[in-house]
Amino acid sequence: MPEKNYSEINPAWEGRKPVIVGFLCNWCSYRAADLAGTSRFGYPATLRDIRIMCTGRLDPTFVIKALREGADGVLVMGCHPHQCHYDEGNYKAMRRMALLRRTLAQLGVHPDRIQLGWASAAQGALFTETVAAMTERIAELGPLEWRDTIEDNITPRMPSPEIEEVVHGR
Amino acid sequence: MAGNGKPKLALYWASSCGGCEIAVLALHEKILDVADAFDIVFWPCVMDFKEADIEAMEDGSIDICLFNGAIRNDDNEHMAHLMRQKSKVMVAFGSCAMEGCMPGLANFADREQMMKFIYHDSPSTDNPEGIEPQLVTEVAEGNLRLPAFWNTVRTLDQVVPVEYYLPGCPPEAKWIEAAVGAILSGELPPPGSVIGLDVTVCDECPRTKNEKKITRFYRPQEIIPDPDICLLEQGIFCAGIATRGGCGALCPQVNMGCRGCYGPNEGVIDGGARLIGAIGSVIEGRTAEDIDAVLDTLPDPAGYFYRFSLPHSLLQRVHLVNDNGRNVAQPIKEVPRLDPGLNV
Amino acid sequence: MTEEKVGVYVCHCGHNIAGTVDVEAVAEWAADMPNVAISRDYKFMCSSLGQELIEEDVKEYGLTRVVVAACSPHMHEPTFRRACERAGLNPYLFEMANIREHDSWVHADDINAATEKAKAIVAGSIRRVMELQPLEPFIAKIDEPTLVVGGGIAGINTALEIANAGHPVYMVEREPSIGGHMAQLDKTFPTLDCSACILTPKMFDVGNHPNITLMTYSEVEQVDGYVGNFTVRVRKKARKIITDLCTGCGDCWSRCPAKVVDDVYEAGLGYRTAIYRPFPQAVPKYPVIDVDTCIYYEKGTCKACQKFCPTDAIDFDQEDEIVVLNVGNIVLATGYKLFDARRIPQYGYGRLANVFTSMEFERMVNASGPTGGKVVLRDGVTEPQTVGIVHCVGSRDRNYNQHCSNTCCMAALKFAHLVKERTGAEIYNFYIDIRTPSKNYEEFYHRILEEGAHLIRGRAAEVTDAARLPGEEGKLIIQAEDTLIGKQRRVPVDMVVLMAAMEPYEDAVEVSHRFGIGCSEAGFFTEKHPKLDPVATMTDGVFIAGACAGPKDIPESVEQGAAAAARVLTLIGQGEIKIEPIRATIDEDRCSGCRICNNLCPYSAIEFIEELGVSRVNPALCKGCGTCVAACPSQVIEGQHFTFDSIMAQIEGILYDRIEDTERVTYLGSQPAEAR
Repeated sequence: MPEKNYSEINPAWEGRKPVIVGFLCNWCSYRAADLAGTSRFGYPATLRDIRIMCTGRLDPTFVIKALREGADGVLVMGCHPHQCHYDEGNYKAMRRMALLRRTLAQLGVHPDRIQLGWASAAQGALFTETVAAMTERIAELGPLEWRDTIEDNITPRMPSPEIEEVVHGR
Repeated sequence: MAGNGKPKLALYWASSCGGCEIAVLALHEKILDVADAFDIVFWPCVMDFKEADIEAMEDGSIDICLFNGAIRNDDNEHMAHLMRQKSKVMVAFGSCAMEGCMPGLANFADREQMMKFIYHDSPSTDNPEGIEPQLVTEVAEGNLRLPAFWNTVRTLDQVVPVEYYLPGCPPEAKWIEAAVGAILSGELPPPGSVIGLDVTVCDECPRTKNEKKITRFYRPQEIIPDPDICLLEQGIFCAGIATRGGCGALCPQVNMGCRGCYGPNEGVIDGGARLIGAIGSVIEGRTAEDIDAVLDTLPDPAGYFYRFSLPHSLLQRVHLVNDNGRNVAQPIKEVPRLDPGLNV
Repeated sequence: MTEEKVGVYVCHCGHNIAGTVDVEAVAEWAADMPNVAISRDYKFMCSSLGQELIEEDVKEYGLTRVVVAACSPHMHEPTFRRACERAGLNPYLFEMANIREHDSWVHADDINAATEKAKAIVAGSIRRVMELQPLEPFIAKIDEPTLVVGGGIAGINTALEIANAGHPVYMVEREPSIGGHMAQLDKTFPTLDCSACILTPKMFDVGNHPNITLMTYSEVEQVDGYVGNFTVRVRKKARKIITDLCTGCGDCWSRCPAKVVDDVYEAGLGYRTAIYRPFPQAVPKYPVIDVDTCIYYEKGTCKACQKFCPTDAIDFDQEDEIVVLNVGNIVLATGYKLFDARRIPQYGYGRLANVFTSMEFERMVNASGPTGGKVVLRDGVTEPQTVGIVHCVGSRDRNYNQHCSNTCCMAALKFAHLVKERTGAEIYNFYIDIRTPSKNYEEFYHRILEEGAHLIRGRAAEVTDAARLPGEEGKLIIQAEDTLIGKQRRVPVDMVVLMAAMEPYEDAVEVSHRFGIGCSEAGFFTEKHPKLDPVATMTDGVFIAGACAGPKDIPESVEQGAAAAARVLTLIGQGEIKIEPIRATIDEDRCSGCRICNNLCPYSAIEFIEELGVSRVNPALCKGCGTCVAACPSQVIEGQHFTFDSIMAQIEGILYDRIEDTERVTYLGSQPAEAR
């Protein structure tokens, strides 16, 4: 897949490309990604994945941390329901993700930036499609740039020559 | 040290409600011991020292500064820097200084939205002329300067380095005593420590705890809780599972779910995330519809999970979007549903 | 920052990685990362030379951590872990960065993007590896005895293999006798061997084997422990017979006045008494009293069996007995149940008298069955002139079971043969596909065709007694579309046999939880790997064999029984097992006893210690999924090797280029004043 110009989809990208952090479970989705590789399927180089043993390990803190440190989206993929290698970890992931997305929406994170999906170890094609589709969606939504939110540049309501610019301690 | 050989103590309130000052008074007669042991050099709530007095002091000459309140405006920030400069040890006293607390809820909005609501749109605002506070106002005597509100409320340690933390809204008297005692005896924990417990409210809560399976949540007006069983098990939100203990589990003992005012447990950087993980794990439901149905009974999860700790969480505030040079808070109103395609 | 020294190795993998990722550039870039002591690129890291490179560098540079950026950890993580071990470095201080399957192979036409991504992945691995801790596997001893649950052909085979190898076996069977469904059959395909003739010698061996302790009419109630060390609580239900005195003479059941339909062994076709032995060749030979149908338990009278028992072996007050067993391994061979054909009302089972299930038909053709082997209608006298056999009743059906039940086509053809042999009746089989895959099965099919059975390719739509056309009066009519000729057909028959699906037992899901294994939504137990590990489960020490894992025929059940036995014998032979140290631990000093974690563990590895008010993870039961680690609201559960810190560090590393200011504090606040 040749490098796309994401600024054409949303000018806010300004030449950079979306960064999606992926959390893949060791038994199913990680292997699906491996299979996509063995099959030489192509997908955008926007996903940077991290392996965990089970989506049940997915601590919501990880998703929040990824967003805070500059990810534009987070993709979590696990085994299909009733095929979890550890019986039910993916059900817990589903419930936590539901609650996480609701909470993050209130904090201004569009729910489409946090996606949960299932792929069995045999579904390399599905994995590929999922990454491509999510990349498209994130491209539409634009960059998240949480750092800018935290270091937001404050100007007083009414500029006054007596006030010096206050520089933040961090 | 002062000529009288006593350690110097300063207490300052930034963006706060005054409860932490009252908490100091809750030491009751022990306050006399404090007055005896320390030379109080600054306490705007109680004593008549001025900012200029502090500025005149030598750097680092104040032994301890108990700083409560969040950093809401440029005056708070200025005073945080000033007190830091003049103090050997800064203590973030109370939830506002430590986690952000109630002022931190302003991080769900931006300054413009707040001003608009407070001075114009709120149902109880009676402001036909649309008067708003101005940064600078000319009066006969000169220019009056009000503090400038920042968009984002910050905690004390996001502005200056802090040596110790006293959690609570407000901290319980026994912890203030413990802090004061440690200071006087010189047996202080390592810098960066929280003066408090290392376990959660559950440890102190007398209710019986069993396995948790939540099929729905109840608002306080919807249920009369069983006084003996864990509140969360009854579907009543209680943040005690993820909140630092030390308060003696006061709220659960009066049928009120803990709201999390002591902030997250030791070592936790985002208490809201822990609540999302824990509560998400124990709600019942295996299909998208069932899970959404349970979660629909918990409106405003961000409010529940970040009530006291939003500024100190990983994300710190609602996302800001640049709108013609102004940073605008843009929460998403629509409640996300789970994709039914996740069911098999 | 730590004092760790990381060695980074970027593999070319020939052209596989280097063709797309600029591996030299990645290695060069990695050399400048904090804590990286040595950074190399190399053609084939997995080769012996590549591994030696690591071993030498560990010694020369005093490396404390190693990162290999190459293929998937599923390929070579064990390889490089062993290399580290040889060099004296704990194998869990190693991390693989997947820049092949997840990078070079999928971003082939964009070298820049592939290289940038490789750097990000490597940065993540470097940060993660620095947080990892040395771990030691946990060694568990293997107890010698084995528990086999289920006394059907699979379980019998497992038990005999292990017992013949010289090791003790406990067999627990729910019914009063072992034998399972195979004991109900008449002839077995494709050889048409008499089922009882080939089964009963094995049953006898089990009953008399010095190494096998047989507990029939018993059930496993609770399983605790872990591989090599299971504690199993078994309830031996009261037979009401003192087995030490009973000779199996049969005087009791020949005198019993209470008769009831036998819907277990006779599949509802025949009767039994309240005190009964399920079938003549039952092992053990002792009867049981069915307290639900016995007159004594209802009214307090009768006691005919006791009066006539020559050895005074009846004890109406006998109570259930609880036995606790310590075993090293468990094999589940609990078999299947037949689909309840009443669920398909249009086939008329239970409503139309002469509609039979496959198992009823087995009992009918069995020489020791209720009809003495005669193929007759429900009146017990009339021979059918025409018989219809409906395949796939409850199988291959979205409304009931999606799966194919594997055995019914062969069984249906066998029935066609038996009907022909005994009555000369015309036979019509209604099928979707004829599935005869195994040895000599296809040949058997052709034999039946030659015998003159009529095979109609069409799923039967209904079985009805409502005559519409001439010739249908008094008959059962099977209506189906004959897809090969494209026409609807109504075939009038005297008798219909429904080939009912093989299903898991109703309590299969509950049983799977009791033994800590997984099962499908329907209830078939889940194997560790469908292709390469069909008898193991995700739970070490618990194996599955036979139809409980999925529909299969007798040879396959026997094979799986033997395979499970072989696996057990391996463990017994080794005497001990290394358990991967990836598991959760609870810091009990800081646990507040909220109990959020308690019911999250699929392996019941978390218990609450009342006296201490804390929860505790049993390290041998824990499989390391991390669900409790993520759920703990006070963050006092740590997941070894996938710790909170290591993953957070990996996130920071993987976003290294998005975090411009590397000095920026990771965890806000709580910074000592000296640091500023």
